[in-house]
Amino acid sequence: MSQTAPARLDGDVGLELLRSMWRIRVFEERVGELTRANEVHGLVHLSVGQEAVAVGVCGHLRPDDAVYSGHRAHGHAIAKGAPLGRVMAELMGRDGGLCRGLGGSMHLVDAEHGFMGATGVVGGNVPLALGSALAGRLLGGDQVAVVFFGDGAVQGGIFVESVNLATLWALPVILVCENNGFAEFTPRSAHTNVERVSDVVAPYGLERQTVDGNDVAAVRDAFARFLAEARGGTGPMLLECLTHRLRGHYEGDPQRYRQALAAEEWQELDPILRLQRRGVSEGWLVDGAPSRLEQEARDEVDEAVGFARESPFPSSELTADLVYAP
Amino acid sequence: MARELPYIAAIGEAVHQEMERDDTVLYFGQNLGLTEEDPFVKAFGNDRVRVTPISETAEIGMAVGAAFAGYRPVVQLYMSEFMLVAMDQVVNEAPRFYGMTGGQVKVPIVLQAGYGFTAGWAGQHTGTIYGMFMGVPGLKVVVPSTAADAKGLMTAAIRDDNPVILFHNYLLTLEHGDVPEGEHVVPIGDAALAREGSDVTIVGIGWTVGKALAAAEQLAGEGVSAEVIDARSLAPLDTATILESVEKTGRLVVVDQATRHASAAAIIAAEVASEGFASLKAAVELVTSLDATVPYSEPMEQYLLPNEAKIVAAVQQVLGSAPVAA
Repeated sequence: MSQTAPARLDGDVGLELLRSMWRIRVFEERVGELTRANEVHGLVHLSVGQEAVAVGVCGHLRPDDAVYSGHRAHGHAIAKGAPLGRVMAELMGRDGGLCRGLGGSMHLVDAEHGFMGATGVVGGNVPLALGSALAGRLLGGDQVAVVFFGDGAVQGGIFVESVNLATLWALPVILVCENNGFAEFTPRSAHTNVERVSDVVAPYGLERQTVDGNDVAAVRDAFARFLAEARGGTGPMLLECLTHRLRGHYEGDPQRYRQALAAEEWQELDPILRLQRRGVSEGWLVDGAPSRLEQEARDEVDEAVGFARESPFPSSELTADLVYAP
Repeated sequence: MARELPYIAAIGEAVHQEMERDDTVLYFGQNLGLTEEDPFVKAFGNDRVRVTPISETAEIGMAVGAAFAGYRPVVQLYMSEFMLVAMDQVVNEAPRFYGMTGGQVKVPIVLQAGYGFTAGWAGQHTGTIYGMFMGVPGLKVVVPSTAADAKGLMTAAIRDDNPVILFHNYLLTLEHGDVPEGEHVVPIGDAALAREGSDVTIVGIGWTVGKALAAAEQLAGEGVSAEVIDARSLAPLDTATILESVEKTGRLVVVDQATRHASAAAIIAAEVASEGFASLKAAVELVTSLDATVPYSEPMEQYLLPNEAKIVAAVQQVLGSAPVAA
């Protein structure tokens, strides 16, 4: 991890990062409530506490950069530009959802904004990103591919196959590992003897860095450096973001396998509160601004819930119509 | 104009012609395009013709990602069993995306996979496993029995906007047949009438079509008129053509190189029992391999496989003319 003191953050950038993290935080907390109220009816995995990774990475990307995610995907989709209302409508199984109600929480895709896929099978998304990177290379543009995955994916053979092929072909793909220390319900120590994901890939000679994933500016800076290189035609790179999953593996997880953080401990780690404290100390965040940003996010999420509730359920025949592409 | 070509060369010709016609067609696989003299490398270069490591999951996943961006990758797998190590990509990624995304993305990939190498290759390279894939929504499965169909179905598979597995039969690799020059497309989902007859319908799949035709020839000498249908496409399955034939003949024998349980033959029998029961004058007979792993020793291998004598016996059974067992 970088030990150098960070330079002062540009105020506009800081506010935008805060705004984006609040949108995801409030959205996901609302999804948790709607799950308990049975308005969202499927299996739901929330990324509360990990927002800095999604925001620090996606803020730099263009719609023609393909982003992939896994089962904990809401934050990535939103950070990549998916409209809140269409994400919420998808979670409620409505026709106005991103995937017209056929995908749901674990399979969010918004092709228009380059959010190419949340896949529900751990690790299944990694080679897909290689394909996007290869396509970008063949098309001759400077677009890149990014794939988010958890530390649990790294122990799968698909990860090694993909890292090997991506390095062999020098594909412009940035592998972003959200290392929250838990693979579903099991701590990393029970999965592997290798503590750092960035060490797993060391023999392949790709550029790699481990950052504090709850420091959004650190994620942003590290990713920006990799992105510039990838746009210039090199790759792949691996960015490991050490973070914390505040909620269980899924909504409803009783979490008997770990002790909850004390509230004071979480206040120290929370990426939103951390950036707010920094904003105050650096002078770009004035009194009252944090609660205003939070309220703006609440208003947006209210509107998204309203959109979703008004959207009808899709015609059931649609599922048979969409088996094969015409 | 048609001229004779071996079955496997006809498939190669289809890939070559489609690569010429469409720049988005890519060709990946292990051990291919290794020299500059390779006809594919010579014609299309190493950007489009790529040798891969032994990493089926990454190869197929990468093809899916490239297909999202509009490419049409053909992945050469050689042995269909090699797909088994990449089942997540074959079954749970490639064919799911079109439906799961509400039709936002298409996955035009072709997996070329050999099957049924019952020539002393023993347990792990001889399987006839197409039946495992015919129940996967979104996946198309074709099994050509002639050199001309091999070319025509590969051409159709490459042009199709869905993932298609083309199973080529290893025992037919060097069988010659008349193959049209230039463009030749055989629509996916259409069975073929291989021999007209009136007393019994014999449905063959891939390699067993030739066996069925030989049996029909022998039966003709005994005064039995057998109609032979080449299934050609297992998903979608052309049940209409089979039902039409059974309506005429009233009797059905299905011949499949695969094990009997959960086989394509069993599905065809079930469809006819369900939709064509009123036409049937006798119970449907299945001629399949035994439900056992293919053994090495040649006499044992022959014992396990369907052959002409078994087909003739099954036809006699459905005609009620079987010799009475002693």
